[in-house]
Amino acid sequence: MSGTFVGMPAFPEAASAATQNAQLRHNLRKATHTIRGKRAAVVSELDDWAELRAAGKAIKDRTLRHLDVYLEQLEEAVTAAGGHVHWAADAAEANAIVTRLVRATGETEVVKVKSMATQEIELNEALAEAGITAYETDLAELIVQLGEDRPSHILVPAIHRNRAEIREIFNRTMAEWGVPAPANLSDEPRALAEAARVHLRDKFLNAKVAVSGANFAVAETGTLVVLESEGNGRMCLTLPETLISVVGIEKLVPTWQDLEVFMQLLPRSSTGERMNPYTSTWTGSTPGDGPGDFHLVLLDNGRTDVLADEVGRQSLRCIRCSACLNICPVYERAGGHAYGSVYPGPIGAILTPQLRGTSSELDASLPYASSLCGACYEVCPVAIDIPEVLVHLRGKVVEGKGTTVERVAMGAAGWVLGDEKRLGLAQRAAGKARGLVPKRHLPGPGAAWTDTRDIPDIPEESFRDWWAGRGRGQQR
Amino acid sequence: MSDGARERILAKVRAALADVPRGEEPEDVVVTRGYVRAHTGGELIGLLVDRLTDYRAVVHRVPAAEVAEAVAQALKRRGVRRIVVPPDLPTRWTAASSVVAVADEALAVAELDGVDGVVTGCALAVAETGTIVLDAGVAQGRRAISLVPDYHLCVVRADQVVGDVPDAVALLDPGRPLTWISGPSATSDIELDRVEGVHGPRTLEVVIAE
Repeated sequence: MSGTFVGMPAFPEAASAATQNAQLRHNLRKATHTIRGKRAAVVSELDDWAELRAAGKAIKDRTLRHLDVYLEQLEEAVTAAGGHVHWAADAAEANAIVTRLVRATGETEVVKVKSMATQEIELNEALAEAGITAYETDLAELIVQLGEDRPSHILVPAIHRNRAEIREIFNRTMAEWGVPAPANLSDEPRALAEAARVHLRDKFLNAKVAVSGANFAVAETGTLVVLESEGNGRMCLTLPETLISVVGIEKLVPTWQDLEVFMQLLPRSSTGERMNPYTSTWTGSTPGDGPGDFHLVLLDNGRTDVLADEVGRQSLRCIRCSACLNICPVYERAGGHAYGSVYPGPIGAILTPQLRGTSSELDASLPYASSLCGACYEVCPVAIDIPEVLVHLRGKVVEGKGTTVERVAMGAAGWVLGDEKRLGLAQRAAGKARGLVPKRHLPGPGAAWTDTRDIPDIPEESFRDWWAGRGRGQQR
Repeated sequence: MSDGARERILAKVRAALADVPRGEEPEDVVVTRGYVRAHTGGELIGLLVDRLTDYRAVVHRVPAAEVAEAVAQALKRRGVRRIVVPPDLPTRWTAASSVVAVADEALAVAELDGVDGVVTGCALAVAETGTIVLDAGVAQGRRAISLVPDYHLCVVRADQVVGDVPDAVALLDPGRPLTWISGPSATSDIELDRVEGVHGPRTLEVVIAE
């Protein structure tokens, strides 16, 4: 069972610990720089990238502004194609639905395709309580599950692990879960991938129930879409008798044609490939081909709260490519765990506080986990203005808060800055008192501010005084 | 059970969208499709070969009359003895080979796991991205047969090759189960370094018939 994010400290504390971990810093730097380069190369191949990005943004905006219409349309289309649609307002409802569906099959094991939604609702833990074992089949998810670890990246949840660590985890834990790691397992990625293949092969071939998410759900046709690389997705989506897909309500796109945009935007932004190795699409169930019993669980779990915020709403355009994580200087140094959520990095810093609220210290600290450099917005394939939402959320966090000292200081500053004469007097007073101001650290309530900054030098003469003096021939 | 969850969620969605003017239709949200239909106007087959090779697929370009010979040679090189084929695979494609071709009549998964490979056709191929799409149509069979065997030999007719993703999406029928294949199975999960060969077929060989 993987670890939990519950009870994590605020971002600055967790990040401070992570940045001291040299191995983690090395792993993250190597991985993020590799993927950045690949993304940049394949994006630059398309001279209409800006137009694709604009279309992707517009399609998602259209979907979100009329989400009720599209949800009903999707439900109707899936049902018409022989699928069953369930609605879950929160994690508990979704977990209860999936547990009930699995129990109805009489099975006690399920195979899983990597899915952010099921991580978000902690489905594996809920199934375990019901005596059902969920086997993660994506290689990175497998590494996290076997290592009793937490995911640290949207696309590659085990990005914080290097090959030597992965070999150690496989050697130590695979036998407990099933087929053990081969003797003399090397740390070559090819050998590690082979070990995962052998470990999971029987699970795939004998699985009766699979649980997945989806990258897209097409309202018009009722089609679900899963992009993947390894073939574990195809195994889960094809061989079992029952398929349960848990899908966030923001995953919809209106029409089949819309996929022509996202099937270009997503692979290039995500793994930096022209196309990911495998994409599966299915509509309801097809007699004699794939699971005969298909269930779609539509998940809210805070998404309607995000939708209600006119600035924050754009966060729901996210197609989970992770380009913003890979480009982010803060993520590269702090790693994914510090964000205390299955959604780390810049997108996590805006999505998590909106989905969960900002009542915990951690969630309230996330909008500050950014230097606002804007690189995340530049690479976002659906043009989510992450800095805009971060600033908006900072405002919401601060609203009605703030210390007395802060309020008094801000009130005084407002009074001084609001009047030319008062400002001039204050500047001259500061110039005279400059010898009294400490060089490095302010005392009292100002101490925290100077922990990470030097106090700016106060000039002998203010710019305004110098400028006024120029007219009297005192040019310098 | 989540009785009423549907109504609760839809009500919350509508309440959240109170700022959207009454009477605004989905089509009123403008989607400008200013992107191109295809990124290449050049020779599609050459581009497809280039892209497939980039993903470590093995590719052969042969005249249509020589497909059987190319298939036979590929199977021989691979050392294949038994293959599974969709029931409607053109018999001429495997006519020059001595391998045992088992037609898939709802074979059990274990039986699929026991063959050395699979030969299929495809619905179409996308040159720009090196993608082959199977739609369970003619000469393709159900999804499981091109998944479980470790070796997939796919015959692509030149007239099935389209330039880019928009043309492919327009031609495909979403009502059919689709599998888009771009090279052999692969993973980038270890240090974001791509290696080929995980759970899906570890070798993809393509014969393009012109």
